[in-house]
Amino acid sequence: MSDFLMPSLGADMEKGVIVEWLIGPGDRVERGDVVVLVETEKGIIEVEVWQDATVESIVVPVGEEVPVGAVIATLAEAERTPPRAAAPAAATTRKSASPSDMRRAIGRAMSRSKREIPHYYLGTTVDMTAGLDWLQRHNAATSITARIIPAALLLKATALAAAAMPEFNGHYDHDQFSPSPTVDLGVAISTRNGGLMAPAIRDCQDQALDDLMAQLSDLVSRARRGRLRESEVAAPTITVTNLGERGVEVGYGVIIPPQVALVCFGKIVDRPAVVDGSVSIRSLMTATLSADHRVSDGHRGAAFLDQIDQYLQKPEEL
Amino acid sequence: MSSDREPRQATYRAAVREAIRQAMLADERVFLIGEDVGRYGGSYAVSKGLLEEFGPNRIIDTPISESGFTGAGLGAALGGMRPIVEIMTCNFSVLALDQVLNTAATWLHMSGGQFNIPVVIRMATGAGLQLAAQHSHSLEGWYAHIPGIKVITPATVADARWMLPTALEDPDPVLIFEHARLYNTEGELPADGAPVDIETARVRRRGHDISLITYGGSLPKTLEAADELAARGVSAEVIDLRSLRPLDTRTILDSVARTHRVVVIDEGWRSGGINAEIITRICAAAFHELAAPPGRVCTEEVPIPYPHHLEEAALPQMLEIVKQAEATVAA
Amino acid sequence: MTTIDAALARHLLREMLRIRRFEEKTIELYQQEKIRGFLHVYIGEEAVAVGVMQALTRDDSILATYREHGHALARGIPMRSVMAEMLGKAEGCSRGRGGSMHIFDAHHRFYGGSAIVGSGLPLAVGLALADSLKQRNAITVVFFGDGAVAEGEFHEAMNLAALWHLPVLFCCENNFYGMGTALHRAQSVTDLPTKARSYGIQAASADGMDVLAVREAAATAVREVRAAARPYFLDLQTYRFRGHSMFDPELYRSRAEVEDWKRRDPIPRFAERMVSTGVLAATDYAEIDSAAMEEVEEAVAFAEAGSLERVEDLSRFVYSETDDEQ
Repeated sequence: MSDFLMPSLGADMEKGVIVEWLIGPGDRVERGDVVVLVETEKGIIEVEVWQDATVESIVVPVGEEVPVGAVIATLAEAERTPPRAAAPAAATTRKSASPSDMRRAIGRAMSRSKREIPHYYLGTTVDMTAGLDWLQRHNAATSITARIIPAALLLKATALAAAAMPEFNGHYDHDQFSPSPTVDLGVAISTRNGGLMAPAIRDCQDQALDDLMAQLSDLVSRARRGRLRESEVAAPTITVTNLGERGVEVGYGVIIPPQVALVCFGKIVDRPAVVDGSVSIRSLMTATLSADHRVSDGHRGAAFLDQIDQYLQKPEEL
Repeated sequence: MSSDREPRQATYRAAVREAIRQAMLADERVFLIGEDVGRYGGSYAVSKGLLEEFGPNRIIDTPISESGFTGAGLGAALGGMRPIVEIMTCNFSVLALDQVLNTAATWLHMSGGQFNIPVVIRMATGAGLQLAAQHSHSLEGWYAHIPGIKVITPATVADARWMLPTALEDPDPVLIFEHARLYNTEGELPADGAPVDIETARVRRRGHDISLITYGGSLPKTLEAADELAARGVSAEVIDLRSLRPLDTRTILDSVARTHRVVVIDEGWRSGGINAEIITRICAAAFHELAAPPGRVCTEEVPIPYPHHLEEAALPQMLEIVKQAEATVAA
Repeated sequence: MTTIDAALARHLLREMLRIRRFEEKTIELYQQEKIRGFLHVYIGEEAVAVGVMQALTRDDSILATYREHGHALARGIPMRSVMAEMLGKAEGCSRGRGGSMHIFDAHHRFYGGSAIVGSGLPLAVGLALADSLKQRNAITVVFFGDGAVAEGEFHEAMNLAALWHLPVLFCCENNFYGMGTALHRAQSVTDLPTKARSYGIQAASADGMDVLAVREAAATAVREVRAAARPYFLDLQTYRFRGHSMFDPELYRSRAEVEDWKRRDPIPRFAERMVSTGVLAATDYAEIDSAAMEEVEEAVAFAEAGSLERVEDLSRFVYSETDDEQ
């Protein structure tokens, strides 16, 4: 068995706070794996393990501060089977919160939202034919790793609209709305054990489409592996839910406090529609807005949705 | 010929020029590099005529790039040459301070003894020409704070001639501070002159009532003050430090042991100047020899002003030295 | 692209892997507080030092930055000597007095190891000046980062080298960040060869993640410098996969960008190419890698068993010693 110590990460580092354990007792780790996130004065740093091993126990729980050199976990060599773990110490945490913990947290947030935020709801149908056509052409000319999915267009369009109409982008706190100078777009991602996270893509309004796509893939994969950082989970200024991938055509979401708006996109479906006086098959998608009536009204909400629609009609400008 | 059969008079400027010239004739590794040392003949005319004699490969004019050419001088020394880097004045040397402090002074120690840097860096220093605050600094005391380099301050014509060759032979960096007001002074070049050491002080005038310790540009006024004191019945001994790093503590203490009173004359600013180091060493080693608290005459702690009367008020003056010496004798 | 034989391929791969494994080990040792102070690792940039070194001879002089372990190893300074230096042991190349940022080796003409950004550039001018005055047929190579381009000394040195026709190879390891500041936030003109050309210096860019590309670019540059006794500027575009130094949460760049560059890791990229073109066997990589790791372990053992310089010797080498002082 060997001790895993709080590492020295800098010349003047004396102590660190455990922010998140990415492993738990019984987990196999390989040399180079990031196993814990440590907070220091400079920020959160990922800490690796330097041997192949099996985790025996977590000694220091999340939230506790310890000096450099203190034992924070114990490891067993990879070949040996670890002894049966004793009942976990009260504050031992797993790779991600247990479903019931997370469900309860979501429940609390949603109850508060419904209690405090006077929601209003608007919906519209967006013609995505132009968007999809453009995507197809763009992707044909790009390598597989750089291809863009429709969700990226939806995020960018929403970000641009939010940047243009600040009453949908910011925080409502203590009876006051503070619009945000940047659009930190929360992207709702479902996690494997029935959980839900909405990490933010910062400065989304300024991101080039392929950068945005790369960040989106990165966030989704890390959220699903339970490797999101605290700093990313905090403080989106507006959230987008893309229920289309779940096969749902329309959804009306609940605003995540202290935000003031949430946009929901449904599944893109091919339907007949009238265009220029004749019927043709178009790719249509619903977009809904749930917004805080203390900050905006239906008139502005309609304009907001219309803006998103307009942006999606000119995908080459996104 | 490199030294004279008979003593002769020369200016400090001519003495420095001769020192450089003879060094270059004797050793082809020696070259001079700095701003306007070639075509212009040197901003203080020290290198006048040398370009014509030695050519552009050995008298190298540089652009206004103090850090660049000082670093280049260090690099050339590392590469086997014996450069004399001329920084026009110590006022501009701070642009090259990084190369002096972080390369010249540190490399030998930091490399575990592998890389010594045999460079000589000469600069003009001092005030009194109404050149105002940015052209009037005396930073030799400041540089003397740094271990790893040597700091010398030739005050006489003979030292201007014969300290340089020793500095060039030194395997480590030597900074030579030439007070701008000394260039025109005249003095005697000894017969059969030869290189002199660069680490000891000299008693320029023997006395028994008080030791006046000084260096560089302040030597002439201190000697004048000693004359005036003599007329007033005080016998003053004048010590010319010649080297600020290393400081010749032995000569200083030897003098204090005989006179029991001391005044330090330093053209640097008072607080934290080299004057403070000298006095501290005296107090630490010879406290019980002292019959009175040590005195000091330094530059007032102001940026040096332009108008003559204010500049004079800021700088150490002969009569101030006399007054301070009399006060210390009377104490 | 010139053909490359198995011996050269093994050599290049070995040199890069030695650096990679060495640097990984230093991180581990740092976290255990066996290496202290600042630690700047070269992970991701190995192809640059290795590629450039191929063009140099033992008579050439080299100056580098505080991120110089890779250069020291690629130059031939024994790994145990560098490791001992990093642990502050007397057996280190600088008697343990310099540590990570001050690797010096006179025998290999390796002039450090400097912690002052840009300070090596004027020194390079001086070394080249000495070579020129002594008519010594050698060149001086100075490595520096894109951050150094902002320093006055960069401009002074470039100008002097061009003005005086000096044989200096200015090797800019452009990893697009000067500590936490991206190049485009530090330079009004980010095309670095443009700056070199404005001083009348020949310049070229190359893919710093491709050891063969670096090797070729360096060979061309060095040929020019030797033939014309004129400076040359190389912009080698690379990326450090880890933070500037150990204590760096990398708030200034996105993970996506880092992951993107990691896909161009010079070591597996080179290995895959050599295997797929039949130059190396599939098993060669593992063999070379395990030899590198063994060498690293041996160097650590050597360093850990090393001694501390006597405190009594603290004042030695402030000034040069004469024979009777030693």
